[in-house]
Amino acid sequence: MTPPKDFTATVGSDMRVSQKRVLFVTRRTSPQVKAYDEERVQTFPEVLIRALLAIECMVIALVLMSLFFNAPLEGIANPTNTPNPAKAPWYFLGLQEMLHYFPPVVAGVLIPGLLIIALIVIPYFDINVEAEGFFLKDRQQRLRLSMIVAGALTIFLWFFDVYVALGPTVLVAGLMLLAAFSTADSPNRFRRYLALRPISWWIMTWFLFELIVLTAVGTYFRGPGWSWVWPWRS
Amino acid sequence: MPSTIDTYFEKLERTRMWRSIFRSGRGSSTLHNALAIQQNVFLHLFPTKVRKRMVGLGATWYLGTLTLGTFLLLVITGILLMLYYHPSVPQAYSDVKDLRFVVSSGLFLRNLHRWAAHAMVFLAFAHMFRVFYRGAYRAPREFNWVVGVVLLLVTLLLSYTGYLLPWDQLAYWAITVGTNISSAVPLIGDKIHFLLLGGNQVNANALLRFYVLHCVILPLTAVVFLAVHFWRIRKDGGLYVRESEPGTASAQPQPASEERK
Repeated sequence: MTPPKDFTATVGSDMRVSQKRVLFVTRRTSPQVKAYDEERVQTFPEVLIRALLAIECMVIALVLMSLFFNAPLEGIANPTNTPNPAKAPWYFLGLQEMLHYFPPVVAGVLIPGLLIIALIVIPYFDINVEAEGFFLKDRQQRLRLSMIVAGALTIFLWFFDVYVALGPTVLVAGLMLLAAFSTADSPNRFRRYLALRPISWWIMTWFLFELIVLTAVGTYFRGPGWSWVWPWRS
Repeated sequence: MPSTIDTYFEKLERTRMWRSIFRSGRGSSTLHNALAIQQNVFLHLFPTKVRKRMVGLGATWYLGTLTLGTFLLLVITGILLMLYYHPSVPQAYSDVKDLRFVVSSGLFLRNLHRWAAHAMVFLAFAHMFRVFYRGAYRAPREFNWVVGVVLLLVTLLLSYTGYLLPWDQLAYWAITVGTNISSAVPLIGDKIHFLLLGGNQVNANALLRFYVLHCVILPLTAVVFLAVHFWRIRKDGGLYVRESEPGTASAQPQPASEERK
């Protein structure tokens, strides 16, 4: 492994005896170690080559895209001429859509701030670590609770005219209803799947649907003055 | 002539120079393959072995790998773009125009940077949702999830600061809309707004600040957190596997000797 050196390393007499840690494990508390016998592959070369191939395929796709589609470039920045609508990059259009309904403190500071905090604390919630289906236990109570939350959210969104965000909310509430009346051994595969979803899944899925819908609406369905437009009619 | 190339390569590997650079030594045994990872300053972040069922496309969809790929592509194209760009008004805009019409392959270079940037934002989001739905954020991987959230924010900021650099109408007003939100922060909103832009509105100072953020501060931040992110995968026990999934010994009991072929 190592090339021969032209010197020899010796252990001097001044070397101290290193301490030994002695560990007593009593029989009653000895840890149970589950050993899995599982096939593994070497990172080099097998995994690295695959990763490189995956990256290469993506680069080829991006190169093709760059050959056929040009990045947009408009006229030089002009502070006196505001385009209508002035849009943020696509990944912020969900937030911009929220800004249309709520004051900037809520839509621009509170909502993204809470979102980031929520994302960070996700793994530190130790409730339901086994990820059991939400409605498999205390079905009546949990169904009532989730319908109250969904109902309150719907009324809130309705009150502020956020009709766009209503769709995902109603959709997820409907799926929850279906899940509550499905069992883990339902003959229907989709209902079986829903019945086994934990609470975290429902919240994240609602967030994902809202993210997709709001971003899509902000990108394609908003015109001058942030009014509703149909993209195929322009 | 593969045999000749092999011979040359073997000779190269025997040279004093090669051996002084690569600590893992020559050979293709399991030990040498492991040392190739473990004895390399960059690769040692990764584990030397990976569970076989995590290598397939189905487990991870390679979303994290691809996000890293877009980042590397963006660094390369970004450095090349920097050679033609001055972060000043109105020079910035004419530089970008020159890239489009004068510089050889400039249009292609800018296109690639732009589309890779969009791809990186999309892939980072996709990676996050994929990790969540697999449940891979759970203990002991909590902190790596937090590092991932930080990296997502850095990705968004990188993309957003880059958005201003062409200094066209699209850039100017997107940044105006975005930075106005910072004024809404209670009490210190106007101060943050001023700090971000170096003025009360998007101007030449803002362009310079965004340029420095985009080309120096944020990429360095990303590299540091990326290193932690990869290193933690190894430290936290490799890529997450669900015990319920087929492939574990508990699900398919097999004698150990048969599994190793």
